[in-house]
Amino acid sequence: MATLPIDIAHLMAGGLVLMSFLMIYQDRLSALLDVFTAHAVVLAASVAWQAHLQGDTFHLYLTALIALAFKAVVIPMALARIVRRLGIHREVETVVGTVPTMLAGIGLAALSIVLMMRLTAGADPLAREDLAFALTVVLLGLLMMVTRRNAVSQVVGFMSLENGLILAAAGARGMPLVVEIAVAFSILIAFIVIGVFLFRIRERFDTVDLAALDEVRGDRA
Amino acid sequence: MPPVDAAALIAGALLALGPAALAFGGRARGAIHAAATLLCLLAAETGGAALLTGTTTTLTLPIGLPWLGARLALDPLAAVFVLLLGLGGAAASLSSIGYYRHDPAPLRSLPFQPPFLGAMLAVLLAADAFSFLMAWEVMSLLSWALVMVDHRDAATRQAGFVYLAMAAFGTLALLLAFGLMAGPAGGYGFDAIRALPPAPLTVAAILGLMLLGAGSKAGLVPLHVWLPLAHPAAPSPVSALMSGVMTKVAVYAFLRVAFDLLPPAPWWAGSAVIVLGAGSAVLGILLAVVEADMKRALACSTIENIGVIFAATGLALAFRSGGMPALAALALSAALFHALNHMAMKSLLFLGAGAVLHATGTRMLDRMGGLIHRMPATAALMLLGVTAIAALPPLNGFASEWLVFQAVLASPALPQPALQMLVPAAGGLLALAAALAAAAFVRLYGVAFLGRPRTPEAAAAPEADRATLAAMGALALLCIGAGLLPGLVLDLIAPAARQLTGATLPAQAHQPWLTLVPVSAARGTYNGLLVGLFVALSAGLAAGVIHRTASRRLRRAPAWDCGFPQSLPDSQYGAGSFAQPIRRVLGRPLLNARETVHMPPPGDPSPARLTVTAADPAWAALYAPLGRGINATAAYANRFQALSIRRYLSLVFASLVLLLLGLALWG
Repeated sequence: MATLPIDIAHLMAGGLVLMSFLMIYQDRLSALLDVFTAHAVVLAASVAWQAHLQGDTFHLYLTALIALAFKAVVIPMALARIVRRLGIHREVETVVGTVPTMLAGIGLAALSIVLMMRLTAGADPLAREDLAFALTVVLLGLLMMVTRRNAVSQVVGFMSLENGLILAAAGARGMPLVVEIAVAFSILIAFIVIGVFLFRIRERFDTVDLAALDEVRGDRA
Repeated sequence: MPPVDAAALIAGALLALGPAALAFGGRARGAIHAAATLLCLLAAETGGAALLTGTTTTLTLPIGLPWLGARLALDPLAAVFVLLLGLGGAAASLSSIGYYRHDPAPLRSLPFQPPFLGAMLAVLLAADAFSFLMAWEVMSLLSWALVMVDHRDAATRQAGFVYLAMAAFGTLALLLAFGLMAGPAGGYGFDAIRALPPAPLTVAAILGLMLLGAGSKAGLVPLHVWLPLAHPAAPSPVSALMSGVMTKVAVYAFLRVAFDLLPPAPWWAGSAVIVLGAGSAVLGILLAVVEADMKRALACSTIENIGVIFAATGLALAFRSGGMPALAALALSAALFHALNHMAMKSLLFLGAGAVLHATGTRMLDRMGGLIHRMPATAALMLLGVTAIAALPPLNGFASEWLVFQAVLASPALPQPALQMLVPAAGGLLALAAALAAAAFVRLYGVAFLGRPRTPEAAAAPEADRATLAAMGALALLCIGAGLLPGLVLDLIAPAARQLTGATLPAQAHQPWLTLVPVSAARGTYNGLLVGLFVALSAGLAAGVIHRTASRRLRRAPAWDCGFPQSLPDSQYGAGSFAQPIRRVLGRPLLNARETVHMPPPGDPSPARLTVTAADPAWAALYAPLGRGINATAAYANRFQALSIRRYLSLVFASLVLLLLGLALWG
């Protein structure tokens, strides 16, 4: 079974896509955060497996570690704390119904697989399907951002999008560690800024529903 | 020093005069305009010398794009226009010494006028697309600043806005044209573009874009609408520069691309240029005939002359694609010659119009009259100018238009039947335009300078200042010289014709009596010198005979009052009355001219009124719908100004998915 390592890599990348679908499916914030944690864990495992496949890549192990530490532990815990303190863990907050969103997600997955298979016809099969999965994860993250009303779930959507980017980078061999650390830190800082803003918004308007911001702005979309 | 180095130095010095004007303030205006005059004369000398030797010199400056530098070249084509720019710029700068004498705010125009000349010179010298577009845009912006000198007037602001919009549009078209020429490899140097000729359909597309870009700057119908607004709004020396020189820089851009950078275009591309040129000629001069404003009438006549130049250029394109280099050289020489002539006569007329505006405080023809008594020198020079531009022999306007018609008459040699039919029709339109031009300038001169003064200001008009008179005199000498000795001018521009078409007219200098023989003696000849001698002799003889034989006895009798017993100045033949026949015949279908008579009923003491309206058809047909469309689109797009964050994200997401979809389907 010479293809087994590649199959495992695909299994993990596919698992990441599956997690993305699960995230779209969740309409409660606390459940969403749990799935996001699982998303990050699968990402870390996938990157670690890539590191194992590509041999002596200390960088990728470190990337996996960073992903595990920040995305699977620090960020979900902090977000869960925010959600608890805001008291919105039971809120149902999708704009578009779950079924149409899932259907759109399936369409996006099909689109990215067709696209990547055609564009990277000559490339390494490992990188090729990884890229297709990564694009799917990115698109699903964007889909999540546009179908949710709550600022917290938009943050989660953004983070999952970023997970997709890391998956693509890990598959593409030779992404320098500096870039990864920079990305990880920028995500962390973005997360902090957004968290601060969430509390600010909450203090002002008693809600983190983005529709409230539009009303305050005065002009109606 | 090689000519191109000298020309580049002159351009740099002209550009540097702008900051110098700021540093020294308005006190140094005379010195700065004098310096600009000298530099322009040097430029003319450089261009003329380069033309006489017929050589090409190049220069690469380490500025601009890092891998390209600024490439400059002075070849015969550029040299013709450098000569033109030098002469026109020198006259306008010389006249500026006097024109701005009493200007209360000299810094509104002084820092821009010499750099404007420098930027135009840079356009002529540029030999790569980047420097060319850069210089072109600087030229547009500086001329815009000069149009806006009198910015307190709402009409000027409107003119400036329209001009700016058209200039931006023109530059966009040029940008696209050079992008197409550079091709996917991105060779922006002119030599790289010449080395890789594009496909025939691309050639036609580039020519179309050049017609939009250069045509909008030159004032080709229907892109001319800014010209009658902006040229008159500027101070008169600037009007002279814009009409006399800047439109020629646009012609240069078109010639450079159409003949030098591109391979021969398909024949129908040439026919499109001919049709546009002939249409511009007729519509432009018709606008000039009905125009009541002196400077606007002159600007409209610029549209006509640009039309003539473009019609000749189109003929040259057609002959070139038909493989007839000698005839192409004939048409192209006619275009270049007319460009030079129009620079001289239109600058002369605009400087004279500036003197009249200065003296009477108005641009309206119906508020002038009788100026020949108050401004005799201006009137005499203006008479030369209108005679030249009305294409009367023996002046230069006739010589170049005659040459254009020689090219038109050679059209049966063209292989395409469509062109064989089209060119004589275009020739008919050009003949109509020439006749209307005569009417327009008889009207302009007669109403402004002859008759009796219509206003007290006109009755007390002072003569123009000496600097302006000197500039006008120099231009008038050019008009006379080029009219009497057209063969020498054609010999001078022959290297440019050879560079662009591979052929030239037969050398004219050795012809007996300096006769102009463009093709062969059997086809047609013109001798400006003999015609001039004949005109001078016969007129002198007639004057002598009349003076000798007429009775000197004083007679007193009631003057014929033309049926008007009240001899008010207003009862004279005015600008509107002179234009009426042409306005009724041609203005009604072409300009939508309407006359409404308001006759008060019996018992109503209000005066009867005759209201005459005429409008440029391009506004109603093209620009008004365009403006409405842009407004509607903007109102619609305004909705996207205030969306929620989620909707903005959705827009980004939707466009991303759409692009990916497109890639998946056609990638």
